[in-house]
Amino acid sequence: MTIRIPVGPQHPALKEPERFIFYVEGEQIVKVIPRIGFNHRGIEKAMEERTYLQDLYISERVCGICSNVHTACYVLLVERLMNMEIPERAKYIRMIVLELERLHSHLLWLGVAFHEIGFDTLFYLVWRDREIVMDLLELISGNRVNYATNTIGGVRRDISEETKHKILKGMKLLLERLKYYRRLSPEEQTIVKRTLGVGPLSTQDAKRLCAAGPTLRASNVKSDVRGDEPYLLYKEAEFQTMVSDLCDVLGRILVRIDECIEAVRIIEWCVKNMPDGPIRQKLPPIFKVPENQAYRRVEAPRGELVYYGVSDGSEKPYRIKIRTPTLANIPALCKMLENQHIADIPIVVASIDPCFSCTDRLVFIDIEKGKKWSCSMPYFKHLIKKKFGR
Amino acid sequence: MPRVLAFLKDFLKNLSKKPATIKYPFEPPSQLPEGFRGKISIDYNKCVGCGLCARVCPAFAIEMVQVGFREVSGKKIPVRKPRVDVGKCLFCAQCAEVCPAKAITLTKKFELASEKKEDLIVQP
Repeated sequence: MTIRIPVGPQHPALKEPERFIFYVEGEQIVKVIPRIGFNHRGIEKAMEERTYLQDLYISERVCGICSNVHTACYVLLVERLMNMEIPERAKYIRMIVLELERLHSHLLWLGVAFHEIGFDTLFYLVWRDREIVMDLLELISGNRVNYATNTIGGVRRDISEETKHKILKGMKLLLERLKYYRRLSPEEQTIVKRTLGVGPLSTQDAKRLCAAGPTLRASNVKSDVRGDEPYLLYKEAEFQTMVSDLCDVLGRILVRIDECIEAVRIIEWCVKNMPDGPIRQKLPPIFKVPENQAYRRVEAPRGELVYYGVSDGSEKPYRIKIRTPTLANIPALCKMLENQHIADIPIVVASIDPCFSCTDRLVFIDIEKGKKWSCSMPYFKHLIKKKFGR
Repeated sequence: MPRVLAFLKDFLKNLSKKPATIKYPFEPPSQLPEGFRGKISIDYNKCVGCGLCARVCPAFAIEMVQVGFREVSGKKIPVRKPRVDVGKCLFCAQCAEVCPAKAITLTKKFELASEKKEDLIVQP
């Protein structure tokens, strides 16, 4: 007999409002139906009503954890729209902050994952080590969460020699800790018993369902925007894509720790090779962007992040489209949860590192008829035809 | 190593350490970094009233309000100065960056909770 269990939108296990309906038979999940759209903030529309410089700070607020990667993608997009080159030193600083952010995001996730499997000792240890990264970010940017480092044409803050030494010192300490977690994770029985073989996602399924980021790489698919389509200086930094062939939650843990180690290496490379020079190209606060369209993708901590923009020659963008990685991972998540036990729901949901406030899209629901539909282009065309007859 | 001893090294290290937490608000918070972005402060004597800060603010927190008149060759020209609603402010410091007179700075003050909304308004 199949029982329907609704979870959410307000649920203590998830920090953000999201609803899942689990169809269970005994202890096993048969089917999952997710429902997004509780936290839609209309950021894309807000961006159309502000100038390019104002949008920079709006894009930073798309996500609370990976805030810098959104501005990085946005400034890369606007620079492509304007055919603009940025100074070399700015690229290095951007990369340092991007990789530090990836470190803090992955360490945060690692702590949460250990907490979800009930291993709170490691959760505290990982979060203690995450403070090294947070302090460095605070030192570089002035704030712990929204760094406001990137700007169109470069970066806003320079990294001094003293800060460089502190970064290298912090990275050395962190690398030691990360190597310890890398050694510990596949050996420690508390972790292995809760994660090995849990939430499986085969390579074919991962490709078919278009998973992104560490979720995809843990299913043994070598795909990373930093390696496939290098932006900034990832080509020069000899970035290596990390994969795991375990195809389960343990694989995702290992891929993320490996990526952290790789991030530490990139930061050290950046700090050591940083040239002197200007950090930004001066632009007037309100400027016009020529008519153009462009698309940019970067690797956010959670996966591929896509920005698409259309400019119409004015000081405001005509359209900015954001595709965040969690949205791409939702179909894969539903597949992972099939035939799993109810007790494994928290860790499997957490394993894609969900960020639901980025994910939300507009969904229309007719409560009386029980019908729901999304606002797609064919639907708009249908509406226009219905109203204007063309 | 036996499982029980896996964390022994960390355990011994932590025994000799002071707690990482501080007794805020009884103890002052740890050193704020250079370039921390806190509550906005405007030097109205330096301000030239150009209104650039109001035009770049992404949160529309800055509004130009009329404070008086200035006489230029016999004509009365209104003088406008920025009025900031810190409740809307998102601490990006873009206003401080564009200010031609360097009248705007972001202080290190971050304890902004208040009972009255009026306390959170910076005005001439």
